[in-house]
Amino acid sequence: MHAALGNEIIEGFIRALQLIFSGDLTVVEISVRSILISGSATLLSVLWGLPVAIVLGLRRFPGRFLIKGFFNSMLGIPTVALGLILYLIFSRAGPLGFLRLLYSPAVMIIGQAILITPVIVSFITSAIESADPDIKNLAKTLGASETEASIAVLKESMNGVALAVTASFNRAIAELGVVLMIGGNIAGFTRVLTTTIALETNKGDIELSIALAIILLLIVFALTLSVNLIQRRKT
Amino acid sequence: MKITMELQDISKNYGTVTALESVNLQVLEGEVLSLLGPNGSGKTTLLKIMAGIEKPNNGEVRFDSVKIHENNMSQMRLKTTMVFQKAVLFNTSVHENIAYGIRLRGLSKKETDERVKKALKTVRLEGYEKRQAKKLSGGEQQRVALARALALDTNMLLLDEPTANIDPKNVSIIEDVLSWVNKEKKTTMVIATHNIFQAETLATRAALLLEGRIIKVGTPQEIFMLPSKLLANYTRLENVFTGMSRISEEGTSIIDIGEGVHIEAASQKIGSVSAYVRPEDIILSVQPLISSARNTFEGRIKEITDLGSIVELRVKAGREFTVQITKRSFNEMQLNLNSKVFLAFKASAVQIV
Repeated sequence: MHAALGNEIIEGFIRALQLIFSGDLTVVEISVRSILISGSATLLSVLWGLPVAIVLGLRRFPGRFLIKGFFNSMLGIPTVALGLILYLIFSRAGPLGFLRLLYSPAVMIIGQAILITPVIVSFITSAIESADPDIKNLAKTLGASETEASIAVLKESMNGVALAVTASFNRAIAELGVVLMIGGNIAGFTRVLTTTIALETNKGDIELSIALAIILLLIVFALTLSVNLIQRRKT
Repeated sequence: MKITMELQDISKNYGTVTALESVNLQVLEGEVLSLLGPNGSGKTTLLKIMAGIEKPNNGEVRFDSVKIHENNMSQMRLKTTMVFQKAVLFNTSVHENIAYGIRLRGLSKKETDERVKKALKTVRLEGYEKRQAKKLSGGEQQRVALARALALDTNMLLLDEPTANIDPKNVSIIEDVLSWVNKEKKTTMVIATHNIFQAETLATRAALLLEGRIIKVGTPQEIFMLPSKLLANYTRLENVFTGMSRISEEGTSIIDIGEGVHIEAASQKIGSVSAYVRPEDIILSVQPLISSARNTFEGRIKEITDLGSIVELRVKAGREFTVQITKRSFNEMQLNLNSKVFLAFKASAVQIV
């Protein structure tokens, strides 16, 4: 029994490599869709999360502590729970049901963007806070306006910003709960790496699952490594 | 003489702590004004208000006779700049650090490069453009910060203890540069320092700041004439001793500075005096020295601070003395905490007021 399972895994691994290197159309299509959806979600979350992080990192105002606490606690939100909430919101009877977005790539992008916003906000806020507190004053003494000085602080926190963006993309592309519940895993439309792995494993097609899992890991490793290399070259 | 900046009735509180109280001060065009005072006396806060990066709770600031408020603050900031006590640098190259403020003023790339090069030449760091600013030594970092300020060619330069915590070689370079800038470019300067000798060397006027209030404004010599205890306690923390002085048979002054320690000074003064000895004027040895020095003491090392090429030692010899020696001497003498050492300095090295 154990030997049979071992053989199956080895065979699956060999078949997986063949699938990857032969440029199998299904594999390519699913991988590209995953990258596009999670990439767009990351962009969207940076778009709305970065201004929030800048304000939280640079300004002191009543309630700041509570907002920071909210985003920190949302870091660990279970993806299935968020998927369920979004399903209820976007389903026909839900408040945003009229948009008819359920089971579309668009809603998957929105869902993932919401999922990773706490990562963007919390990591970038903490990066800004750990930058030299005198940088903003320094920029001002050199003639910078309030906005230019804030940009200077953000530039100093660039390593933290890069880490936040990388971690966000990685969490988005590797999550299953949200995309499965609001994407629906429709072949050729909303099927992505994680949903296919789950489906194919259930069906017993272990080779395809392993191939896609390897690709998923490669994407995550390659992105993280490239960001690290760029940062090293800069310093 | 034209007034570059005027502070009227400035007060600043941080919660219940009063940093500045009813400060009135004028900075005259082309002068070097030194803000003298101990740590925590409000020097940095005052400079930050002058630089427009801190708002006073009360009072007003006038720059070139114009009252400064929220709307014209950024224009003032383009005409004045500040060098911080601990060099604050962007995490990038020396060139980019210096170019930052020049770019904000909209100068072309060619002009920017020229100004960066010229500023680096002024602080004697030619060819350092591509070096990572934060990887330089403390003294070099402070020179880059100074170059960055000089490259902007502002009307007024504010310096917060620019030579604190750096080695004597860098201190003398920075002091030379500042003297040159004031003489050649006629830049108005305000320098915060707790070192009265620096105030005397560089400044045309000095303001003594104690606990957030200005006690006196005058020439450095006039500040020297203040009651010695007030001055000694507040203006130079290293090797400042107060005590009663009497004249010896040889005509020198013998000052009883407490703990059974007597210092001999070449100049004559009777009564309550303050005595200063520069840390670099004290000779340190591991054996008793036979020399012409009139002051010799035996003590033990209590504190060792690495200042780059120089090592600063605190030696307990009855009273505590601060001594500076080269790192090479420090290594050759194999000194450690609690090592027994001998101190010697000439009577002429003791300054009394």
